[in-house]
Amino acid sequence: MKMGNFALMGAIISAISVFSSAAAADTKVGMITTLSGGGAGLGIDVKDGFMLAIKQSGRSDIKVVIEDDQRKPDVAVQLADKMIQSEKVDVLTGIIWSNLAMAVVPSVTTQGKIYLSPNAGPSPLAGKGCHPNYFNVAWQNDSLHNGGGAYAQSAGYKNVFIMAPNYPAGTDALNGFKALFEGDIAAEVYTKLGQTDYAAEIAQIRASEADAVYFFLPGGMGISFLKQYSGSGVDIPVVGPAFSFDQGILQAVGAAALGVRNTSQWNKDLDTTTNKAFVKSFKAEYSRLPSLYASQGFDTANLLISAIEAADISDIEAFRAALKSANFTSVRGDFKFGKNNHPIHDVYIREVIQEGDIFTNKIIGKVLNDHGDPYSKDCKM
Amino acid sequence: MSIVLIAEQILNGLQFGVMLFLMAAGLTLIFGVMGLINLAHGSLYMIGAFAAAAVASFTGSFILALIGALTAAAIAGAMVELLVIRRLYSKDHLDQVLATFALILIFSEGTRWVFGSFPLFLDIPRYLSGSVELPGSIQYPRYRLVLIAAGLLIAAGLGLLITKTRLGIQIRAGENDREMIAALGVDISRLYTLVFALGSALAGLAGALVGAIQSVQVGMGEPVLILAFVVIVIGGIGSIKGALIGALLVGMTDTLGDIFLVELLKLFTDPSTATSIGSSIASMAIYLLMGAVLVWRPSGLFGASP
Repeated sequence: MKMGNFALMGAIISAISVFSSAAAADTKVGMITTLSGGGAGLGIDVKDGFMLAIKQSGRSDIKVVIEDDQRKPDVAVQLADKMIQSEKVDVLTGIIWSNLAMAVVPSVTTQGKIYLSPNAGPSPLAGKGCHPNYFNVAWQNDSLHNGGGAYAQSAGYKNVFIMAPNYPAGTDALNGFKALFEGDIAAEVYTKLGQTDYAAEIAQIRASEADAVYFFLPGGMGISFLKQYSGSGVDIPVVGPAFSFDQGILQAVGAAALGVRNTSQWNKDLDTTTNKAFVKSFKAEYSRLPSLYASQGFDTANLLISAIEAADISDIEAFRAALKSANFTSVRGDFKFGKNNHPIHDVYIREVIQEGDIFTNKIIGKVLNDHGDPYSKDCKM
Repeated sequence: MSIVLIAEQILNGLQFGVMLFLMAAGLTLIFGVMGLINLAHGSLYMIGAFAAAAVASFTGSFILALIGALTAAAIAGAMVELLVIRRLYSKDHLDQVLATFALILIFSEGTRWVFGSFPLFLDIPRYLSGSVELPGSIQYPRYRLVLIAAGLLIAAGLGLLITKTRLGIQIRAGENDREMIAALGVDISRLYTLVFALGSALAGLAGALVGAIQSVQVGMGEPVLILAFVVIVIGGIGSIKGALIGALLVGMTDTLGDIFLVELLKLFTDPSTATSIGSSIASMAIYLLMGAVLVWRPSGLFGASP
């Protein structure tokens, strides 16, 4: 009985809100991201990048509600329900972690809301689970690992030691690497998620006689591994995706990361007018260099703004078409959506350098051109 | 699998074990003497690491950073005991868990508020970096050898403190019968504050020593805290000796289990299945160890019989 009453009330309230929103025509955005605990740096960067773009657009008709998911799937699900039911948001965005995205995105899109992913790109949402309301502005999870494989191939490595945490994004990472690498795999090692000591793995690397190491260890795991690796006396070159070398954590890794090659779809030295302006204004606004997460938040907001300018959000078909056309200038340069609404973009190889007393990255080449993802063939859309 | 690799892994297990001991020693003392479950022990580990990173970036000295970590964690521990924990001794364990869990949240968000959300930089000093060649051509990082030596020294010092000094006598008496030593004129609340500060200082030192080779970030203490609880359950609650043996057992099992299980499984199945099954079992290994010890000795290896 109670549920029935709620449903009825919900119907009445939404009927009223249709009338009231017709006048104002504001677009309400719900941002669920990680702002506390260990992974907060990533969420804050996405949020700051996103809000910078909204501010620069000068639009007052975009209202953003920001909530902290504490990196917990159950909290994220509750926040999404709250934002849809009581805040009445039109668009959701902000989630950093793939496991949270898997918990939230399918229910958001089936309720007819738009979801724009500024970071996580789990493979199920790119393949069979793709949805016309779901757009990924960052990358499909495999993208940078494909780049890693392609780089290892072109650099002439023959026998690579590969390592990732034992969870879905970790296995995706190593499969993504192997997809474009044709040499031998010296060993494929899965570490514990959240592991902080890599002495055992480093001993295995030393004994493996590999000619390169490819690792995917996001956040604090990567910091620990790199510091321990550089102190271990092993001199096999390491390659990784940008997540272990982004602007937020490089200062904590310090000189241990110098010279390491890593793959990314973006870097602060990409020579486009949009990117230069973004880096300059981000630095002016927040007094720090932007990370790739900040660039993804910035792109996400600009995509949204471009769609709002082209179509009204109450006409969902037209709004989706406007999003799909990706009629905005991405800070990463060329950008368009594949048929599964995931980016087709270039992947670069970067090198960690020191500028004054700041550690940062420099692009040294392009490894993949207009690269999509292998899952789009499974997407029936 | 070569002898060199095995020897290196044993050293790694030893190093992990002695660092766990620093955490577990404080936890077991506090639990043993005061009967208090302190979930916030991991926060003191984090405070040690952050204090060390702050002092190191300010002064550039690693020794000063360690002293800073010890002091900051001891002060934080004493403050926590005086302001919060003191009210919890008479309460049951659920209240203690709730209150100390609240402390975790307060410390985590407080640290984030002061230091920001991005991990801090703390590196090993140049004179301890690089690796040394041990007999049998084993290359081993110098810093990890120092960690092993420091951990064993502290264990020995703590053993002497407990068995040979007046404070140690009071601590042991407090574990056995706290009403009686209070009746004998020992200032029990001062003793509690001292023990709490000592345990906190050890946790802070562990945080600083380990922080130099890991990442100094909010929430770094909680994974270690879980392992430290496993250690004191295995070793027997309240026993420093138990904490040392338990920590070494957990350290060895965790480090060696990973590679030996995989190698063992490779004899029976193909490498990729061996890797996935082996890593899954390895992550359970210490809990299996804990279960086995508890079946054999329900109050832990060196715990007082119930």
